[in-house]
Amino acid sequence: MLLNYIWGGLMLVSLATALFSGNLKEVTSAAMAGAAEAVSMSFSLLGMMCFWTGIMKIAQDGGFIGLFTRAMRPLIRLLFPRLPKHSKATDAIVMNITANLFGIGNAATPLGLKAMKELSLLNKSAVASNEMCMFVVINTASLQLIPSTVITLRQGAQNPFEIIVPVWLVSIAAITVGVTAAKLLALKE
Amino acid sequence: MEIISVAIIPLMIFAIIAHATAKRVKVFDAFINGAKDGIDTCFRILPSLIGLLTAISMFRASGALTIITNFIAPVLSMIQFPKELVPLAFMRPISGSGALAIVRELLSKHGPDSFLGRATSVMMGSTETTFYTIAIYFGSINVKDIRYTVKAALLADLTGILVSVYVVRLLLC
Repeated sequence: MLLNYIWGGLMLVSLATALFSGNLKEVTSAAMAGAAEAVSMSFSLLGMMCFWTGIMKIAQDGGFIGLFTRAMRPLIRLLFPRLPKHSKATDAIVMNITANLFGIGNAATPLGLKAMKELSLLNKSAVASNEMCMFVVINTASLQLIPSTVITLRQGAQNPFEIIVPVWLVSIAAITVGVTAAKLLALKE
Repeated sequence: MEIISVAIIPLMIFAIIAHATAKRVKVFDAFINGAKDGIDTCFRILPSLIGLLTAISMFRASGALTIITNFIAPVLSMIQFPKELVPLAFMRPISGSGALAIVRELLSKHGPDSFLGRATSVMMGSTETTFYTIAIYFGSINVKDIRYTVKAALLADLTGILVSVYVVRLLLC
């Protein structure tokens, strides 16, 4: 995957630059500091992440998320007009998007993969359908209602939550551009 | 606006627990089950976090990052985009852990209440790991031609990256 090249490139370029600029000592200590920092960062995220996944599990078991799934349906119909109303594909898409909205990544991904499978059963071709492209574009945009990871990282701020509304606004802007681009590019082809 | 930001989380947690209690869900058992998933996720990303944070720290310490940002500085000042955010803009679509590492570094260096700290946070919260998502979703089915997906997704990312700087400037500073 792409990361193999990027990671390798970062390492090689860093070391080569350090050789030329004489920053060898700095680079070596940066490597050690970076590795240690990764561990302490994981631990600082652990508590809040577990709290949040715990709350979201309650929301799933209690059917709170189901309420949103129903509200989401008309919007999904608008984005995927060619899909049959009560197909398995539509169901999986609706559930995936709701799971994303609540930031339940480990529920969203399996549902997303199921949606892709159902879409490919409707498509039966090696070329992606409009619905597949639209669905993946939506998933590459951020739909999270509560950006919990960022909020956790903002511990120590006067108000760690102040970014929530700005995040919504930016997400809406980005996803509008993505969806519009997907619709227009589908028409163009 | 600030009221919404502060109130949304407690309100949501209240609604979730109240609704689940009304449905007779064993809330604490459910919470424990869910929290276990959090531990899994946290430790699953640890190896890539270590690898990427190390590489990013080295890249910065070697001076290579400065060379690159100086090179594109004229374009950045034209669109009023802070050069400190360039590494995040490039890393975000590729790797979630890598982006997380950069955000953490920016936050501790500039502080979460600075303009850069806020812009980083908004950028991180409003974008996704585009290439990873495309790879696993299309990788799971037998599709060879993904047509315009990358184009549309990157256009959305670019919008998110640029707009977060402007929104923070407009609303939070």
